[in-house]
Amino acid sequence: MIALLRRDLALAIRAGGGFGLGLAFFLILCILVPFGVGADSAILARIAPGILWVGALLACLLSLDRIFQLDFEDGTLDLLATSPLPLEATATIKSLAHWITTGLPLTLTAAPLGQLMNLPPQATPWLVAGLALGTPALSVIGTFGAALTVGLKRGGLLISLLVLPLYMPTLLFGAEAARRGADGLDPTTPLLLMTGISAGCVALLPFATAAALRMNLR
Amino acid sequence: MPLLYRLGSAGIKSISCYNVYHCIQKSRPAAKNTEAFPVARQSAKRCRMEFSVQDLACRRGDRTVLSGVSFTVPAGQALILRGANGSGKTTLLRCLAGLTAPAAGTVSFEADDVAYGAHTDGLKAQMSVEETLDFWRQIYGAQSIAETAKAFELSPLMSRRTANLSAGQKRRLSLARLMLTGRALWALDEPTVSLDAQAVAQFATAVSSHLSTGGAAIIATHIDLGLTGAVTLDVTQFKAPQSAEIDPFLDEALL
Amino acid sequence: MSIWKYANPTQFMKTTGWMLPFVSIAAGVCIVTGLVWGFFFTPDDFRQGSTVKIIYLHVPSALMAINAWLMMLVASLIWLVRRHHVSALAAKAAAPVGLVMTLIALLTGAIWGEPMWGTYWAWDPRLTSFLILFLFYLGYIALWQAIETQDIAADLTSVLCLVGSVFALLSRYAVNFWNQGLHQGTSVPVATGGRTVADVFFVPLVISMIGFGLLFVALLLLGTRTEIRARRLKALLNREMARDQDRQQPSRAAQNEGTQ
Repeated sequence: MIALLRRDLALAIRAGGGFGLGLAFFLILCILVPFGVGADSAILARIAPGILWVGALLACLLSLDRIFQLDFEDGTLDLLATSPLPLEATATIKSLAHWITTGLPLTLTAAPLGQLMNLPPQATPWLVAGLALGTPALSVIGTFGAALTVGLKRGGLLISLLVLPLYMPTLLFGAEAARRGADGLDPTTPLLLMTGISAGCVALLPFATAAALRMNLR
Repeated sequence: MPLLYRLGSAGIKSISCYNVYHCIQKSRPAAKNTEAFPVARQSAKRCRMEFSVQDLACRRGDRTVLSGVSFTVPAGQALILRGANGSGKTTLLRCLAGLTAPAAGTVSFEADDVAYGAHTDGLKAQMSVEETLDFWRQIYGAQSIAETAKAFELSPLMSRRTANLSAGQKRRLSLARLMLTGRALWALDEPTVSLDAQAVAQFATAVSSHLSTGGAAIIATHIDLGLTGAVTLDVTQFKAPQSAEIDPFLDEALL
Repeated sequence: MSIWKYANPTQFMKTTGWMLPFVSIAAGVCIVTGLVWGFFFTPDDFRQGSTVKIIYLHVPSALMAINAWLMMLVASLIWLVRRHHVSALAAKAAAPVGLVMTLIALLTGAIWGEPMWGTYWAWDPRLTSFLILFLFYLGYIALWQAIETQDIAADLTSVLCLVGSVFALLSRYAVNFWNQGLHQGTSVPVATGGRTVADVFFVPLVISMIGFGLLFVALLLLGTRTEIRARRLKALLNREMARDQDRQQPSRAAQNEGTQ
């Protein structure tokens, strides 16, 4: 299992477009929004948690079709399916690799980008905590969406349509936690609920992902 | 309500730990072999095995492509599949490898006994030869890659990235994986595409040594590999008679 | 269970063939009765005036939108467990109906909202849940369209329906948590037995709901029959193509024999 993780991370670094793309998109979004909304710092401070969360979500979405598509096209997915590694483990490792290359960098850069968006300082730790706990769910759900559409040529837009409704609970709770932190209220309830969703997804969705992969490999 | 969610998330966290543990258990190879040459590891087990298929039917997409496929491959023998393109050779091999469930019939062996080599290479351009072999070694739990690299003449190419290999060298690398699997039955789909005569000879040698240690092979190919004792099977004789295809949406399904 | 005999496509077609006209007429009668009675023969509400009468469209369609998804969930489970093609096609046929019901619910809600609360849209939990349900329907239909092999499409959309149901439920509670809204609570709380809508409005409402239910069944049967016919067409076409190939293949096999 670790071998697969190391291989995927090495490929993400070497093949290009692995780490940098999501981050660059996140940065661009945080620059575009003030242009669109106006530079009023009070308004920006109010919408900052939401924009940062939506940006993280969309940045995760960008790299989803890479998860299985490359392996499917060059035949590696067939070889992984016939190897001793169960497909559920493959799905989990792929989600983990996606999180390390996309979710984790987003979490780490959220704090400085929050400054661009005039995020109140008391909200920052809650935003980062929320992203750290919620981005694993985004990766796992995204892997499920990628597995559903692995056989399709232009699956990118379809993945977005399938996966975004599934992202909504995580987004709702994560942004709510950051907003409550900004207002000085206690954000533990939404954080806990979101952690529950993340844990549930990590535990149960790989089985659905593996089932979808088996169906598509037939 | 927060308490309920706390309990629920604790329960789900324990399930996720079990999930990960279960996957690690399943992926750990059953026994660590002691010999350097991974193929020899299972020779004792292999001597007793023969691979037979009885009345197998295989589907591709919505159609049944083959039906009534029956053959037996004893250990040490190779079965050559022949047939026109589209006659179902790939479908049969994928069925034996466990990627598709058979529509009917029985298979006397597990999909775990089959090392599948697809039509495509299954190689990553940015990985070096050594990294590729080492990756598959870890997945399949083999001991070392040195013997395999020597058998397929990849030793001088170890640190070269796959993108910089010739087509023939790539093929050899993808075939070298088979030796690392340590599995008894090799199921190969057009393995000698883009290989020159010398490389084909090397491939035949590798297959012969696999057969001599008690393995077996089913190879779909158009060319003559020169393997001793190989049996040829024409797949077109098993073509599912389309006129008798009982699609559940046709009236005949009622009868 | 004798209901499984309807898993046979031909038996299903036969039975629903004579059922369909009756169900359609019953649906039409109920809907017309419910709507006409509700729109023209009930008094205006004290506070809301006559705009409240849109409830006769809004509530039944909202109810059916949810029920359509539940029906799709059950049909998906039946397909995954028992592999009955009719079940998978029924789920496929139910999706557009559910989609349109959700759309009607959203639009009538908007029309009702404007004179009532001064806004076409508000991020009220129930409205938002319906918007999310709308997106789930869209995704489900899009996945059916995207995949060529029908059996694999049925499998994948069933898995999507299962996972989507869990997330739809999760979203409903998440949205409730996120924003307390302007819906007054259920107007037909069956469990409590009480009613927050006065009796004089209630009976036409029930008739409307029954009518929409029958409409859903009628459209479902019609859609499933169409899907079955489409699959038959494809099967017949495949058979023709296979026969053409059979005619060509023997000569090619004979050719191979000659050269070997």
